[in-house]
Amino acid sequence: MSSATAGWLQLGLLVAALAACYLPLGNYMAHVFTTDRHWRLERWIYRLVGINPGNDQKWGAYARSMLAFSAISVLFLYGIERLQSYLLLSEGMKNVPPALAWNTAASFVTNTNWQNYSGESTMGYLTQMSGLAVQNFMSAAVGIVVAIALVRGFMRSKTDRLGNFWVDTTRITIRYLIPLAVIGGIILMAGGVIDNIASYHTVTTLSGAHQTIPGGPVASQEVIKQAGNNGGGFFNANSAHPFENPSPFTNWFEIFLILVTPFALTRTFGKMVKDTRQGFALLAVMVVLWLAAVGGISFFESHYSVGGATAAQVAHGATEGVETRFGTAGCSLFAASTTVTSTGAVNCSHDSLTPFGGGITLADMALGEVVPGGVGAGLYGMLVLAIVTVFVGGLMVGRTPEYIGKKIRPAEMKYAALYFLTTPATVLAGTGLSIGLRIPRASILNPGPHGLTEILYAFTSMANNNGSAFAGLATNTYWYNTVGGIVMLVARFAPMIFALGLGGSLARQQPVPASAGTLETHKPLFVGMLIGVILVLIGLTYFPALALGPFAEGLH
Amino acid sequence: MRRQVNRLPGYVRQHIAALRGIVVFTVLTGIIYPLAMLAVAQIAFHDKANGSLVTYHGRIIGSSLLCQEFRSANGNPLPQYFQPRPSAATSGASNDYGCDPRYSGASNLGPSNPKLIAEIKKRQRQVSAFDHVPVSKIPPDAVTASGSGLDPDISPANAAIQVDRVAAARHVSPAQVKALVREYTTGRTLGFLGEPVVNVLLLNRALDEKYPV
Repeated sequence: MSSATAGWLQLGLLVAALAACYLPLGNYMAHVFTTDRHWRLERWIYRLVGINPGNDQKWGAYARSMLAFSAISVLFLYGIERLQSYLLLSEGMKNVPPALAWNTAASFVTNTNWQNYSGESTMGYLTQMSGLAVQNFMSAAVGIVVAIALVRGFMRSKTDRLGNFWVDTTRITIRYLIPLAVIGGIILMAGGVIDNIASYHTVTTLSGAHQTIPGGPVASQEVIKQAGNNGGGFFNANSAHPFENPSPFTNWFEIFLILVTPFALTRTFGKMVKDTRQGFALLAVMVVLWLAAVGGISFFESHYSVGGATAAQVAHGATEGVETRFGTAGCSLFAASTTVTSTGAVNCSHDSLTPFGGGITLADMALGEVVPGGVGAGLYGMLVLAIVTVFVGGLMVGRTPEYIGKKIRPAEMKYAALYFLTTPATVLAGTGLSIGLRIPRASILNPGPHGLTEILYAFTSMANNNGSAFAGLATNTYWYNTVGGIVMLVARFAPMIFALGLGGSLARQQPVPASAGTLETHKPLFVGMLIGVILVLIGLTYFPALALGPFAEGLH
Repeated sequence: MRRQVNRLPGYVRQHIAALRGIVVFTVLTGIIYPLAMLAVAQIAFHDKANGSLVTYHGRIIGSSLLCQEFRSANGNPLPQYFQPRPSAATSGASNDYGCDPRYSGASNLGPSNPKLIAEIKKRQRQVSAFDHVPVSKIPPDAVTASGSGLDPDISPANAAIQVDRVAAARHVSPAQVKALVREYTTGRTLGFLGEPVVNVLLLNRALDEKYPV
C-alpha cells in the first residue's frame, strides 16, 4: 500500500469514529447542561465551594465568577511552580523562575499551553500532576461553560439570567471531562504511554554508554491535554516524544481526542436551541475547513518539491522533525488538527514543515480557532462569526438580521465586533513590537522570511490560545515571558467577556418569528456565506503578514 | 460564621469561592484522578507504564521506545551496529551525540535554512562513506533529525543500506542479517496507520545475541 492510500484510510477511519461519537456525546452534553438534577457529589462540591446552585446568574455575575476563578487559578499555579522544590515529588527540580512561572501559569489557565520550558528539566511530577494538569481540566471546562452561557442567550427570552458558572463548571468536569479522561487514559496506557512516578534513572546501554530514562504520570495528563485542547507536553518534544505518543495507533487516537469534543459541541448547541439543523450547519463549515487544512498540509509535505523546501529536496523527503513511525501522513493530520483546534500539541516540528505546509498551520490558527476550534471557545467563536455573517447578509438585502430567532441589533454587533477585533489587535501589535525591537528580534533561529514567520506564529499561537510553536524562536526571555503572558490573558478573557455580554443581550430579547425574509441559517447558502466571511475576514487581517513570511519563503 | 461571610462585599466572596473551588478541583483532578490512573497503570500495564524497558542478560539496557547511540569512545559510529537517525536531543556537550532523553526535541531548523541544508549534505557524505552507497540511494530518515530526537525506529530502506556493513563487521552473511532485520520490521498498524519501521535497539540486541562480535 502506498503512503498516500494509507494516509487517506487513516483519515477515513478518523472521520468514521468522530461521526459515530457526534450524536451521543453532543446529546449527552446538552443533557448535562439542561437537567435539573444535581448529583450527590456535585452537591458536596457546591457546599465545599460555598455557592448556591440555584442562583441563576446575570451575564456580569457569570463573567465575574469565571474571572475570579481564573485569576485565583493563575495565582495558585504560580505558587506551586515557585515553591515546587519544597513539595513532594519535585524530582530535584528547582523553583521555576518568576518570569517563566508567570508565563506558564497564564498559559495553562488560558488553555493555551504555550511552553517556554522543557518539562523534563523544569517541572517536578507534582507540579505537572496537581498544577498544570488541573488547569488542563479547568481551562477546558471554562471554555465550554462560556459557550453554553452564550447558547442560553439564544434559548432564553425576556430574562437577564444565563445560568450558574459553578454548576456548569462542576457538571462538565464531573460528568464529562473526568470520565472521558479515565477511558481515554486507559486506552493510551494500553497503547504504551508511560504512567509512573519513578525517579529518573541512568542505565548502561547495549554498547556501554549511559542514558538517563525519565518517568512521570504521563498518560493521565496526555489524555486531558488532547481532549481539553490544551496541548502542553509533559516533555519538551510534546506528542512527538515516544513516551507521550509511542505508536501510530496512539497517534491516531490522540488526534481523535483532540477533535471529538469541539465537533460534538455543535450538536449540543443544536439540541439546546431545539433546532439541530443549526448545529449541522456550523458542523459543515468546520468540517469543510478542517479537511481543507488536512489536504493542504498533506499535499505540501508529500510534494515537497513544490515551494521552497530546499532541505527536503536535498534529503529526498520532508522528514526533518518527523518521527519515522508516524510518517508524513501522521504528521500532517496531527498538525492540521492541532492548529484548527486550540490544542497546540505537536507530533512533528512545525518549524521544519515546508513553507506552505507551515503557512497553513499558521493560517489555521489565524482563523480564530473556530473550525472546530478549542473546546467551547470554538463554538462561541463560530457563533460570533455566524452573527457577523447574518449581519453581512442583512446589509445586502437591507433588513434587520436575525439568527436563531433573535434580532441582531447594534448592541449585539458591538459585542461581535469587539470580540473579533481583540485577537488580531494583540497578534499584530505583539509581532510588530517584537520585530521592531532589537532584543526580541535576537530570539529568531532561522534566517530570512522564516524568521518573521517564527515571531508571527508565536503571537498568533498565544493570542488564539493554541500553544503550538515554530519552536526555533528562543522564547524563555523576559520579553516573551512577560508580554506573552499578557497577550494570552487578554486574548482569552476579553473575547469571553464579549461572548457573555452578547449572550446576556440576546437573552433579554423576545424571539422573533421567522418570516419569508429571514435568512435560513441551516441551508448550504448560509454555510457557504459563513465560510466566505471567515476566509475574507482572516484574509484581510493577516494577508500582509502572511505574504512577508511563509509566502515569501515558499515563492522565493 | 455564615452570616459574617455574607456581609463581605461581593467581589471578596467571589474570590473566596474561587479559592475554595480551585482547592476542591485540585484534589479531584490533580490528586485523586492521577493517583487512581497511576494505580491502574501500575497494576494492569506494568511494563508499558514503566517505559517498555529492555533487558540484556538480566540488566536493563534502555527502552524500546527511546533511541540510543552506538558509538565508540571517540564518537565514531560502531560498524557492527545499525545506526539510529540523527538526533537533536543533546545537551550540546561534545561527548553527547544525541538520543539523550533529558533534552528531547527537534532541530527546529527551517526548510530553507542553509545550515540545515549543509548539515544534510554532510550527513549524506558520512553515510555514503560509511555504508558504501551513493548519495541518491540514501533514504531521507538517515540524514534528517526526528521530531523528538528520541525516535527509536528507522525506515526499512534505511536498515537495508546498513546490512552489508553490519554483516561484514560481524563476519556473517548479509542474508543472515537481512533475515533478522525482517524479523524486527513492523508494518503499518492495521495495515494503514503510520509507516513501516525497524526498531534499532531490539534489532541490535538480537544481533549481539545471535552473532556476537
